This record gives sequence, C-alpha cells and structure tokens, in this order.
Amino acid sequence: MSILTTLQLLPLFGAVVIAVLPVRNAKLIKQVALGFSLLVAVVSIIMALGFESNSGALQFVESRAWISAFNINYAVGIDGMALALILMTTILVPIVFLAGWNESENGRWSVKTFYILLLILETMMIGVFAATDVFLFYVIFEAMLLPVYFLIGGYGFGDRAAAAMKFLLYSLFGGLLMLAAVIGLYIISTNQGGGTFDITKLSELTIDTATQNWLFLGFFIAFAIKAPLWPFHTWLPTAAKSATAGTSTLLLGVLDKVGTYGMIRFCMSFFPDATKTFTPAIITLAVISILYGAFLAIGQKDINSLIAFTSISHFGFITLGIFALTSQGLTGAIFYMVNHGFSTAALFLTAGWMIKRRGSTQISDFGGLQRVTPVLAWSFFLAGMSALALPGLSSFVSEFLVLLGSFAKYPVAAILGTTGIILAALYVLIAVQKSLHGETPSSSAGMVDLNLREKIAIAPVILVLVFLGFYPKPVLNVINPTTQSVMTHAGVSDPVAKVAK
Amino acid sequence: MLTAPKLDYALLAPILIILGAALVGVLVEAFIKQAWRAKLQLAIALGGIIIAFEQLFRVRNQTSSIAAVTSVSIDGVGIFMQGAILVFAFLGILIIADQDNFAPQASALPGSSEEATALQSGKQQTEVFPLTLFAVSGMMLFPIATDFITLFVALEVLSLPLYLMAGLSRRRRLLSQEAALKYFLLGAYSSAFFLFGAALLYGYSGTLSLNGLTDAIHGSGGNDVFLLLGIAFLSVGLLFKVGAVPFHSWTPDVYQGAPTPITGFMAAATKAAAFGATIRIFYVGLDAAQLSWKPIISIIAVITMVIGSVAAISQRDMKRLLAFSSIAHAGFILTAVVSLNKNALSATLFYLAAYGVATIGAFGIVTLVRDSAGEVSDLNRWVGLGKKSPLVASVFSLFLLSFAGIPLTSGFVGKFSIFSAAYESGNIYLVVAGVLSSAIAVFFYLRIILMLFFADATNDSVSVIIPSLLTRISITISALVTIILGVAPSLLLNVAQNFAYFLR
Repeated sequence: MSILTTLQLLPLFGAVVIAVLPVRNAKLIKQVALGFSLLVAVVSIIMALGFESNSGALQFVESRAWISAFNINYAVGIDGMALALILMTTILVPIVFLAGWNESENGRWSVKTFYILLLILETMMIGVFAATDVFLFYVIFEAMLLPVYFLIGGYGFGDRAAAAMKFLLYSLFGGLLMLAAVIGLYIISTNQGGGTFDITKLSELTIDTATQNWLFLGFFIAFAIKAPLWPFHTWLPTAAKSATAGTSTLLLGVLDKVGTYGMIRFCMSFFPDATKTFTPAIITLAVISILYGAFLAIGQKDINSLIAFTSISHFGFITLGIFALTSQGLTGAIFYMVNHGFSTAALFLTAGWMIKRRGSTQISDFGGLQRVTPVLAWSFFLAGMSALALPGLSSFVSEFLVLLGSFAKYPVAAILGTTGIILAALYVLIAVQKSLHGETPSSSAGMVDLNLREKIAIAPVILVLVFLGFYPKPVLNVINPTTQSVMTHAGVSDPVAKVAK
Repeated sequence: MLTAPKLDYALLAPILIILGAALVGVLVEAFIKQAWRAKLQLAIALGGIIIAFEQLFRVRNQTSSIAAVTSVSIDGVGIFMQGAILVFAFLGILIIADQDNFAPQASALPGSSEEATALQSGKQQTEVFPLTLFAVSGMMLFPIATDFITLFVALEVLSLPLYLMAGLSRRRRLLSQEAALKYFLLGAYSSAFFLFGAALLYGYSGTLSLNGLTDAIHGSGGNDVFLLLGIAFLSVGLLFKVGAVPFHSWTPDVYQGAPTPITGFMAAATKAAAFGATIRIFYVGLDAAQLSWKPIISIIAVITMVIGSVAAISQRDMKRLLAFSSIAHAGFILTAVVSLNKNALSATLFYLAAYGVATIGAFGIVTLVRDSAGEVSDLNRWVGLGKKSPLVASVFSLFLLSFAGIPLTSGFVGKFSIFSAAYESGNIYLVVAGVLSSAIAVFFYLRIILMLFFADATNDSVSVIIPSLLTRISITISALVTIILGVAPSLLLNVAQNFAYFLR
C-alpha cells in the first residue's frame, strides 16, 4: 500500500473511529477529528518531502484491479499539480476544523455526523486528485457531492435545503454528461486494442475530430459547472450563502478546483485538437466570467455572496491561464488554484467569524471593526488584499503569470482581464471600507476579537499567502514539470521566448 | 402409440420444486388448522425456494436444449434469470409474510358484514403464499421457454396469480380491487396480442419454435407482412409486461392499488421474467430480422426513459412515483436489449438483478411507513421522516440513490454497463437520451431525499412501525446487496458475463 493510499484511507479511518464515539461527547469528537486531520496533514507533508520535484512522471503509483469486467482499476499516482492540490487540501482541512469549532452545533443533525461527513469528504478530495483511472475519478467526482449536499442542507443557514438541491442538481447534470463522454472514451479504447480507463493510455488514443469535439464538451461542461464559469455559475452564490464558513471554504477552495484540475488533466490531454478548436470560445467565457464576477461582486450586500462572485471572477482567471496554452499561463493557473484555495479560506473564515459575532451577513451592518476587533479586522483586510492580488501576496504572482501568459497569445483577453484587477480593487476596498472603517455602530461595539483558537487557525493561512508571495519557487518547481508535460502532450509551445521567472 | 416425452428432470427440477411447494401450500390452506397455517405456509414457501435454488446452483453449468423435448432451453441466461427470480421471491416472501397487509378473507366484499366478521375473528387466510409460488413457477418458465406455446403458458401462469394478488390488500380494498381488475383486463388484452402475434409468426414460418423462426427468416429474407405484423403484436404483449411506454398505463394504478409487498415482488420479479423472455425472443428468435424491429424498439426505449422520468416528477404518491421510476428503468433496460451484443446481455442481467433487489427493499420500506389507519404513501406526509426514523430514511435514500444511479451503488454500475453496451453498438443517441433522462430522474429522487431529511415534520406526518424480523432481514439484505454491488460489482458482473449466452 503506497503512502498515497494510506493518506486517502486515514480520514476514512477517522470517520469510522468517530462513528463509534458516543454522540453526546461533542468535545471528544471534535478533538479526534482535529487529531486525524492533523495526522493527515503531517503524512501528506512527509509524502511531499519524498516527492521528486524535477520529474514529470506520476509518483507513488499504485494499481489494483477493481472491476475486472471493464478493466477498471483502483489506480492512483500524483504529479506536481496533484501534489500541490492535495497538500492544499490536507492543510486546509484542520484549519477549517479549528476555525469552525462550533459551527456544527446548530445543525439539523449531531456534531458527530458533521465530522463524519467532513472526514469522508477529505478522503474523497484526496482521492479525486490522486486518481489516475478515469472511472475511479468519475466515481469520486460524483460521490463527493453527497457529503457536501448533506453539509449544506444539514448545517447551513437560510434556505439551505434549496441551495443544497441546486448545487447537487447542477453538479449531477454535468457529471452525467461526463459519464457519457467517459463511456465514449472507453469504447474508443476498446476498439483500439483493449478497453482501459488509465489516463496515460487514454491520452495516447487517436480520436477523429468530430468525436473529439463531442467528448471534449462532455468533460468540459462538467468541469465548467464545477469550477463555475459563466454561464454555469448560478448554483455557487446560493450554495456559498447557505453553507457554513468551513463548508464554503472546502467547496470553493478545494472541490471547485476539481473542475479546473479536470480541464488540465482530462480535457487537454485526451483531446488536444478539440482543445485548440474550443480555445477561443473558452477564453471568451473566461473573460466574461472575470468581468461578470467582478461587477456582480461590487453590487453584493451579503458578504458570502460577495466572496462567491469574487471566486467566479478568479475562476475566470484560472481558466484563462489554462486555455492560453502557454507555459506561464498554465503554471500561473495551477499556482492560482493553490493560492485561491488559501485566499478563499482566509476570506470565508474571517467573514464567518464576523457574521457569527454580529449575527448578520449584510456588509452594511458592520462598521469600524478596526477599532473593536483589530486582529479580526486585519485578518479580513489581508484576506481581501489577497483577493485583489496585492503584490507581496501569493495571488499576485499567479495572477501576473496568468496575464503574462495569456497576453502572449490573446492580448485582448489579457487586457480585458487586467481590468478585472481594477474591479477587484473596487469590490474588496468597498467591503473593507464599509465593514472595517468609519463609525462603529452600537450593534457592533460589543464584538469580541479573535480568541487563541481562531488566531491559531488563521495564522497558517496568512503565513502561506505571504510566504508564497515572496518565495513562490518551491511550489512553482513542483508545478513546472506538470506544465511541461501537459504542453508537450497537447502539442503546443510558447509563442515567444520564455520570460525568465 | 404415443410415447411419453423424455424429460431431463434434474434441469427442470427448480421449477417443479416450486410448483410442488405451491400445491402443498394449497393443501395446507384446505386441511390444516387455522392457527398453524401462516407459519407452515411461510416455511413451505421459503423451504421450496431454498431447495429450488440449491438445485439450480447444482446444475448451473449444465446446458441443454432438449430438457423438455424442445420447449425449453436451459442455458446461461435462463439459469441466471431463474436464480434472480428465486432471490426476488425469497426477499419478497419475507415481506409478504407480514400478514397485516392482506385482507383476512379476500372473497368477502369490501364493506360487507362478512368482511367485518373476518376482521373481528382475526382469522387470516394465507392463500397469498401458494399464489406467489405459482407466479414464481411461471416466471421461471418464461425466460427459458423457446416455443410460443410454452411462452404463452408461462405468461399466463405467471400473470393469473398476480391479478389475484393485486386485489388482496387489507386497507383501501376498493382501490386494490380496481387495480386487480384493471391489471386483469389489460393483461388479458396484452396476452391476446401476444397470442395473435405468435399465430401470425406461425403462419409465416410454419413453426412455433424460436430457432425455427430464425431459420425461416434466413430463408425468406425477413421482409414479409406476416413476420412484421407478428413481431409487432408479439412486442405489444411483451412491452406491456415490462411496462414500456405506450403500454405502461396500468403500471401506476396497479402499483398503487396492490398490497405493497406484492407490488415490490411484482415490480422486481415480473420485470425480470418479462425481460428474460424478451431478450430470448429478440436475441434468439428475431435477431435475423433486427432491421425490422430495432428502430422502433429503440424509439420506444427513448420515450419510455423520458416519459417515465418526466411523469414521475409530478407524482404525489410514493407508490405511483416508484411505478414511474420502474417505467424509466424499463426504458434503460430496453436500451440494452436493442444493443444486441454480449456486453448488453450481461449488462441486462446485472441491471435486472440489481434493480430488482433495490426495488423489493424500497417497497419493503414503504410497508413500514404508516399512520393509525394503515400504510401511507402520500408523499407530503413522508416529510421529516429522517428526523423521526433516521435509519429507515437513510436506507430508503440508499435505494433511491441506487435508482438514480449515483456512484458506489449497484444502480450506477448497472447504468454504466448498459450505457457502455449501447455506445459500443453505435447507438450513441440512446446513450445521450439515457443520460439526459437520468438527469431528470435524479431530480425527483433527490427531492424525496430532501423531503425526508431537510424538511421539518408536520403534524400529520407519519411514523414508522417497528418492522417484523422477516421484513427487517429482507430490507437489510437488499440494502447490503445494493451497497456491495456498488463497491465491488465484480462479484456479480463476472457471474453475469459468464452466464450471458444463449443456446440456440
């Protein structure tokens, strides 16, 4: 059993342990859950230390027969991109646990169920990035919706049932389209000497243009719903508004990355020709997402919806970087995925604390928090700065790379995208100004600042954002081989001489 | 001088054992003291099924096309279907054993004084057990029959007891009797269609056997008005039994009116038997003429999937909803039938087995949800069940997720194998139609889960009775099978692949 499988099974084992704990002892359950998530984080870091970063090959591979009738295997292995995303996941989960220590207590069900669902979700989040068998990926891709569905519907706020339903229906619809495409790929591989779901073998198939286009769309629409790209985004703001801060963090920070991850891993490697065919259309959608998300974010009165719309804008940047088909763009996009995870976590968690203390989600209900709760206010401020990609924070590096990479091939798109940065300054600064500065309304006067637990939770997030802002090299080193192999495979090269990084 | 036909009793034994058990059941009903009957009937029925299954298991690798002269063909598909039907019967009878669902004296008119007396005396008639066994024997014969007379006899043997069983409900008896009458009348029509089709095919080919029919098609080129009409009429009879659109209209009424344990058994086993016969007729008898029927059956598959899924959305009654869901599933299985390759065959076998088990479990749970006046199938009153009885609601959700084809349940693997077989045969539009109607279907399955878990119970919500041990066993087995076949489908997929062949 490779360390990767161990890593996947650990949270599941934690869920089993929690299942046998007494339901009344909420504190013990939380401690055990946190313990397991920390253990997972440690194991993942140990795994990362053993990762050969200059190799583009899949590492820690393991393959076992699962459904022999269709040559389906439990096959896992990671390259740099998958490693970066898995590390992001395993680090975010304990932070979410710690930050939302009490958010499980007002739910429809017990604290125990909450943590069982979250730990199952963690197993699936690791598995979805580790899977190298398309069928296994698909199964996890679909199955991981259920824990989130119950987390939103059971522990969220407002019209949580409807939000959960909307989220699930959108995702399942995309998933079913993808299922048809997965079956298509399988049958094509059967006709070309042996049915397989192995992603390396599938990427070597020769597929005619028309089929490629259809199958590409099957995959792409599923991923565009997941990493919400305009016009497939409408489920996201409702979900983010209803979910708890922790669930939102994992939903936007990790789950939605499966969409952009899938675009790189599947769309580009299986269908290089179709990728080139659809690139102009996708770039257009990406630019629309950047601007649309930013404009709508400016108009939001609800903090969580604001964050959701900023994410739509950011997913636009990521998609732009991916489909620019240049190495800077792609590296930037992958790095952006990691940064967005941490940046969104910072936003949702700090916003969640503000909402919990004030009892309102409306930005206008806050004011002058800088005086009352300085640590919370500074954290929110930094999170906001990360969202607008302030130089010195990691999101700047990735956004810059994306724009640089796309400018080389699509100057108009890059220029329009750049205006997204200006709009970002607007939506972040308006929210910051309204909530942190100005008069302190009497209703906010009694708010208490972050306690030690919350400080411990937010510190690593901010540390990562700042550290990677000044020294992105370790992550970029891990990502670069992936970028190179994807580019080579897709048969694209950089249009101009590389800009030194 | 007539000589007695030579019969291979070892191969026919599973059917004969069930028939024997049914006859013993009739005698028990007539001669044994009231107090012992229920337990004895249950023991005979379960014992018969177990012995029959054991015998079937023993002969599982034998094949013969002359086991009963040339009337039946014991081959992979036949044995698999017989096994599946026996499993459904076993699980079904465990739920049927809860006699509270059945009228104490079915012959008493609803609302009459005899009925009141029968209710008061607490004397419960138990004819449902032998009736079930008779139906099972017909169902086991139907998928192995290879000539039209045997097919017709099997069809009637399986149908007639079901017509009666549909009318046995203890509560809402008029609805139940209406269902029985409807089922009987429409069933009689469809049998007539089937027979008429068989007669036309006899006129065309001069033989009653499926193999003879194939030879005749090869001889004549397969474009003859008798052949085409025969196929059309025969298909009507078969499509009625499997509940495909536009011959589906009996399904919701009968599913709703029949006593729920019977509905569950019928939904699983009748569908399996009817599809078993359908695939044999189409693969063995009419394969050579596939150009004449494939396009129309494909269209029927598409409209069955779509109409089943769309109509289910507006249902307000759990049993009617499951009925429409079963119609949609019939469409999925038809998709495999028209694919006409070996993978489609094994996919059909797997799907029927997985769907049947989940169906029996789901209807088993419907029998548990009651108020003071009996079973409640009104959807609005299921609201908030997840709060009151989390376990029952979770298991029910599991079955729904399997129907919806969510990964890690048996339904997903079934759907996947059917779609890949359809894709393989080049019917990509069937895959697309299947995927889109799955998306519609997901909506109403999820809406139920939403109602169970995310809505607060209202005052007239229902409660869940504590299930009897037998019902509990049946539902537990169904749930375990649904999960296990979702996580480790190889256990059954490989078996289905080994048994996916016909003896021509």
